Amino acid sequence: MKRILFCLGILLSRPAIAALDVFACEPEWAALAQEIGGDQVSTFAATTARQDPHRIEARPSLIARMRRADLAICTGAELEVGWLPLLLTQSGNPRVQRGAAGYFEASQFVDRLEVPKVLDRAMGDVHPSGNPHIHLDPRNIGKVGAALALRLADIDRGNAELYRARAAQFGERWRAAIARWEREAAPLKGMPVVVYHKDFSYFLHWTGMREAGALEPKPGIPPTPAHLAELVERMQRAPAKVIIHSAYSSPKPAEFLSERTHIPAVMMPFTVGGTDRARDLYGLFDDTIERLLKAAK
Amino acid sequence: MHRKLICAAALAAAAVAPLAARAQDAELQRIREEIRQMKEAYERRIEALEKRLQETEARTAKAEVAPSPASTPAGGRSGGEGAFNPALSLILNGTLAYTKRDPDRFRINGFVPTAGEVAPPRRGLSLGESELALSANIDTLFRGTLMAALKPEGGLEVEESYLQTLGLSNGFTVKAGRFFSGVGYQNQLHAHAWDFTDAPLVMKAFLGNQLADDGVQVKWVAPTDLYFDLGFEAGRGRTFPGSDRSKNGFGSGTVFAHLGGDLGSSYAWQVGVSHLRTAPRERTYDDTDSTGAGVTNSFTGQSRLWVLDGVLKWAPEGNAAETSFKLQGEYFRRTESGSLTYDTQAASLGTQSGGYGSRQSGWYLQGVYQFMPRWRAGYRYDRLNAGATSLGLVESGALAAASFPILSGYNPKRSAFMVDWSPSEFSRIRLQLARDYSRQGEPDNQVFVQYIMSLGAHGAHKF
Repeated sequence: MKRILFCLGILLSRPAIAALDVFACEPEWAALAQEIGGDQVSTFAATTARQDPHRIEARPSLIARMRRADLAICTGAELEVGWLPLLLTQSGNPRVQRGAAGYFEASQFVDRLEVPKVLDRAMGDVHPSGNPHIHLDPRNIGKVGAALALRLADIDRGNAELYRARAAQFGERWRAAIARWEREAAPLKGMPVVVYHKDFSYFLHWTGMREAGALEPKPGIPPTPAHLAELVERMQRAPAKVIIHSAYSSPKPAEFLSERTHIPAVMMPFTVGGTDRARDLYGLFDDTIERLLKAAK
Repeated sequence: MHRKLICAAALAAAAVAPLAARAQDAELQRIREEIRQMKEAYERRIEALEKRLQETEARTAKAEVAPSPASTPAGGRSGGEGAFNPALSLILNGTLAYTKRDPDRFRINGFVPTAGEVAPPRRGLSLGESELALSANIDTLFRGTLMAALKPEGGLEVEESYLQTLGLSNGFTVKAGRFFSGVGYQNQLHAHAWDFTDAPLVMKAFLGNQLADDGVQVKWVAPTDLYFDLGFEAGRGRTFPGSDRSKNGFGSGTVFAHLGGDLGSSYAWQVGVSHLRTAPRERTYDDTDSTGAGVTNSFTGQSRLWVLDGVLKWAPEGNAAETSFKLQGEYFRRTESGSLTYDTQAASLGTQSGGYGSRQSGWYLQGVYQFMPRWRAGYRYDRLNAGATSLGLVESGALAAASFPILSGYNPKRSAFMVDWSPSEFSRIRLQLARDYSRQGEPDNQVFVQYIMSLGAHGAHKF
């Protein structure tokens, strides 16, 4: 009994570690928090680029991580609606509850695309707040980064100046990178592309590419043979330049369409860690643009 | 824009000039003064507007580096669960059933009947319970949830209705109200989230299908990377294995603990142990005695239940979109001791009491494999061990063992196979085939076709 009490004592009296414990729902936000927070934050990404951030279960390991978090950074816009509320209620951690300073929803700081005018699940798994995959427009990353710096400064006032300085530094580098990517991606403008899910809308919007079709018949509904057959026919009439899918979705439907239409199918990193080159946020956009340029040739 | 207004004002002034000329000098002076004032006022406003425009432009240019703290969220209202306040959802559920034996005469031989809804679905087409769920954060401290079952025969049953704290620190959460007890694993899941149409035999025999008590739960989650929780519940003991008593204080107590984590990126696991104690008073059940008469017997004493549970889930790199596997099992062990009163209504051989002691157990193991998107198949094996039940009335020779046929030693078992199709996250259609040996000497073949549809707020992906 004494031993148990002793162990409990150790567990409860865990000294406050200097670094802020940041729970990021997606790898892109973990990467961004690292850019802004540097050594002052210790980040954990709840999902990987191989996982669909919508289809995650509230696993024990995630509850354990949320329990200790000082800040939870998630996309919001119902992307994590199936698991984040459970993690929050199960964690017993008041710092990260909705409305607390430690709860940060990235999608609140950007203009969302594809906000449905009518909400009906007959249209698929639509999100009332619009398309949640906001991070593939790098300008959104810039906006979220600036807001995140303010939030970090708010939670960890002692290091406020440091967050501000790092954010300014990142903002400058990021804007220079955006300017470079916009030059590089100029040939992509107007290019027709077939997507898997509506997860590249912000990228297409930014680069001016055109969505010529989606492998999913409706958002969140897996591709069906009938829909694929119709796509094949449509592509024969008006072919797209490239078929893209993310690292987490099955390559099979894209390959099926590619074989029948001879349109190249390309896997995109989608987020940090999706490919070897997409090791950080810069690599993510470098690789995405390069892969598209290569496929467009 | 504003310059145009000034021009217009000047023109208007010019237009009224001839009239003014005929007016008195004082009048003219007054009008001139007014026009001068108007002009000045407009110029001041234009200056102010230009200044504001310049400031806005400067801010916009800086915005990507550091917006002012006052920058409002783009795109208006925040989404999330709060888009529906409270989150409202409805589960529709119906079955087409074929059973060789009459479900109305269902029993689990060797085990005290629970008065729970343990029988298979009614034969033919029947509507199941429609579940209505409402939940929302109440304020910064509490969250509230209501789950009501609309009974197909009419009426409404409160399955769960509880508040949950949000604001406690150090990993503590308190629940109060009526909620599914933390005993075992599947007991905490709603029936629509079960992988088979009906509950495992252990839940039917030991928990009366599913245990939802009125009470308080305190749970603590450890601040460790490995998930560990510890909780206890104090409840009313409203339903089986307890009995609703008019009593101050608590009628049932539960303690539970779970350990869980990930193994690499493809596996996640959780194991748990729980213990439930109740002290039922005059917990009655119906049986047919040795003379063939229907009698009501009752138990008074202590009931203690231990449960071990484990879940292992696999999905390649944690991505269950294509394929996944779930292995789940639970072991139940119960001891009851006290006294058993035979024929409380004196309908047959007269009311008599004697000692009662039982030690019984059971387990099930099930695996569910998603072999392609939308499609899953699963197998479950159930087993109960009636163990040794000592009856004082039989041992003393007062009554024959045949007077307690339902308690006679028998080990029920069941095999079930299911395949289900989920066109989306919100709908599921399932076929289940089972061979059920719950009734001694009367094996039952069961075929169920079931639909489960979910409307409204997005459901929770519970582990």
